[in-house]
Amino acid sequence: MTDAAVDPERTHHHKLGFWRTYVFSTDHKTIARQYLTLGLLWAIVGGLLTYSMRWQLAYPETEVPGWGFIAPDVYNALVTMHGTIMVFFVAMPILLAAFGNFLIPLMIGAQDMAFPRLNMLSFWVFATASVVLLSSFFVPGGAAAAGWTGYPPLSAKAEYTGVGWGMNLWLLALALEFASFLMGGVNFLTTTMNMRAPGMTFFRLPLIIWMELTAAVIFMLSVGPLIAGAVMLLMDRILGTTFYLPEGGGEPLLWQHLFWFFGHPEVYVLLLPGLGIVLEVITVFGRKPVFGYRTIIYSTIVAGFLSFIVWAHHQFVSGMDPRLAMPFSITTIIISVPFAIVIFAIIATLWRASITFATPMLFAVGALGVFIFGGLTGIFNGSAPVDIYVHDTYFVVAHFHYTLFSAVFFGGFAGIYFWFPKMFGRMMNEALGKIHFWFTFILFNSVFIPMHLVGLRGMMRRIANPMQYEFLKPLQPLNQFITLAAIVLLLSQIAFVINVFWSLAGRKAAERNPWQANTLEWSAESPPPHGNFATTPVVYRGPYEYSSPEAADDWLAQNQPLVTAKAARQ
Amino acid sequence: MQSWFPENVSTYGGDVDGIFWFIFYITTVWFFLTEGLILYFIFRYRRKPGQKAAYVRGDTLGQLAWVFVPVVIVAVLDFFIDLHGAEVWAKIKGQLPPADLVVRATGKQFNWEFTYPGPDGKFGTADDLQLDNELHVPVGKVVRVVLTSKDVIHSFFLPNLRLKQDVVPGREITAWFEVTKPGHYEIPCAELCGFGHSGMNGVLSAHTPEDYERWLKDKWPEK
Repeated sequence: MTDAAVDPERTHHHKLGFWRTYVFSTDHKTIARQYLTLGLLWAIVGGLLTYSMRWQLAYPETEVPGWGFIAPDVYNALVTMHGTIMVFFVAMPILLAAFGNFLIPLMIGAQDMAFPRLNMLSFWVFATASVVLLSSFFVPGGAAAAGWTGYPPLSAKAEYTGVGWGMNLWLLALALEFASFLMGGVNFLTTTMNMRAPGMTFFRLPLIIWMELTAAVIFMLSVGPLIAGAVMLLMDRILGTTFYLPEGGGEPLLWQHLFWFFGHPEVYVLLLPGLGIVLEVITVFGRKPVFGYRTIIYSTIVAGFLSFIVWAHHQFVSGMDPRLAMPFSITTIIISVPFAIVIFAIIATLWRASITFATPMLFAVGALGVFIFGGLTGIFNGSAPVDIYVHDTYFVVAHFHYTLFSAVFFGGFAGIYFWFPKMFGRMMNEALGKIHFWFTFILFNSVFIPMHLVGLRGMMRRIANPMQYEFLKPLQPLNQFITLAAIVLLLSQIAFVINVFWSLAGRKAAERNPWQANTLEWSAESPPPHGNFATTPVVYRGPYEYSSPEAADDWLAQNQPLVTAKAARQ
Repeated sequence: MQSWFPENVSTYGGDVDGIFWFIFYITTVWFFLTEGLILYFIFRYRRKPGQKAAYVRGDTLGQLAWVFVPVVIVAVLDFFIDLHGAEVWAKIKGQLPPADLVVRATGKQFNWEFTYPGPDGKFGTADDLQLDNELHVPVGKVVRVVLTSKDVIHSFFLPNLRLKQDVVPGREITAWFEVTKPGHYEIPCAELCGFGHSGMNGVLSAHTPEDYERWLKDKWPEK
């Protein structure tokens, strides 16, 4: 809010060299683009792993074309690394780091993050984590193979999995990643607290900022116990301690509590930014204010609090005291209330809107539709008696792909198509975007709806070969169908890759505000220069004044003085 | 619709399936209600030339009632789901019914070891019998399985009985079941336990009382 934090480096637009501009940049927009690029590269790796996994499940004991034969221990590594990569190296950098970094300063009217160098450090620590994780594929014994949840004792002793340094590097990569996102979280919080433009009160912040902020706070509050837990696990592995090993008086369940105390809030760390993107996109392409702006903010905060007391619903059948199940079942079901409020508010926003279906809107509505499905199947898992049966089956796998794929990919793609013009100064191709959406939407459902059925028939997660079980043999045609759909789903992402390169290389320059949106980032150039705004914007109103009777147009930018709007009408 | 699940052969499996279908009917209604509304809105409110969207901010209680009333209904339904669920949970995982037969099951990479106490009814005596991946029980009797692990966490899963219980090293966890129909049912491990996890599988053989007597005589002939 003051100019005290103005860094001469940012205001004096002297030419920076190649390294300072593109590699070791302190510009929040470059850092955001770096996170986005690295996250998307990881998505390719994580996606390719599913190809091998699905092939193995559909045609066990055959060679995966272009990959080779998959031994059971390699399959376990594929499962583990797919989960780890998608959650920590795709979802986190894209939803939290890329969008948070790009949008927070631009949307609150700041020149940059509060701590630009810390921001740069945060990215490079994450890049280091990426290198460590990638290298774990190539060490003797292979990559971690104890599941993305890394339950000890399996993960605590090399002899149980046959994985040596792969597992240690996995832990190291996670520790580095957590350090990186702690730095990011501090930046998000400090920047939003202190650097809002004049007039930008907390209740004029766009909802995505509230969501990113809540996500950052949830992350910072929940990750501590897991870092401690990870250090103990590493000590069990390397120093011979027995924190999780019963033969030395340790307790395997301790890890599960520490992991899920972080792991469940983490779900919301990913979900909230995804929902935030959906909200921003739907209001712009519906030309209508978000329904219940403040109610959504309060619901988000309540959901954030509740996310800390639901973790043990991952452990109903873990061996913890069965009397704990019902309390956690109740908190789990209660947390559906704030999310139901947000979802109903989004639906209400569509009511009497004036909707155009550009690609971002397709993905946003797709995310909404898919997320509702995932939320509803969550009620089955949250019910302790049903969970006795469906726990650790493909029903759970299908459920969390409905929630996370909707937030990370449908939400993430909505965000990319929406802010690409601002990020890169080029418009994306609409036709390719629509092809990308329809293929993704139809094939996603083709993969994951049958997966619920496979799960209900009892198929366990993380088995390499369903044909080893009599009761799963009749499911094989369904498994083959899922695999086929998954392969086409992967292939259809090529439309997105082509679109990105085609658009970047194209000459279709983006104007400042191609979607006629209200929030501050659209008043900057596309892409905004170092320092973002030529003059600090002044904010007069909330972010969602679409179709306001006070304005001649169906939008009213946050920094638009009303006098001119009235004059325009006359 | 029942073919969504493997055949249920336990006394409490029907209760689990009952809760499943109870939730299924509730969520199906909500699914069609919400998704239907979304579909209706996105077709009904497509942009038309010269027509502005309604300026509705949803910041008065009157408007917010459209959100809060359905949410209250959701909360009430949630409450009923848990109320129902609590009974079933207590039945399966709460107080154990008196056992007719106690068997020890030990998970290890990558087998189930089942130990019978033998005619003296005591474990750790000479007439104990240990079987790999084979569990024999009579139908219509309450069987208690005392679960332990020699190495990592396994999960004792009987899809046909709707029973699952993680097996944790350093702990003794007791599960119970009563089979209603003779037959052979698989006992896969449901928790990733190492490279041989896939394929770690046992068979529960549920015998009629006569068959079970015959099996007992066969295993402990001196009795």
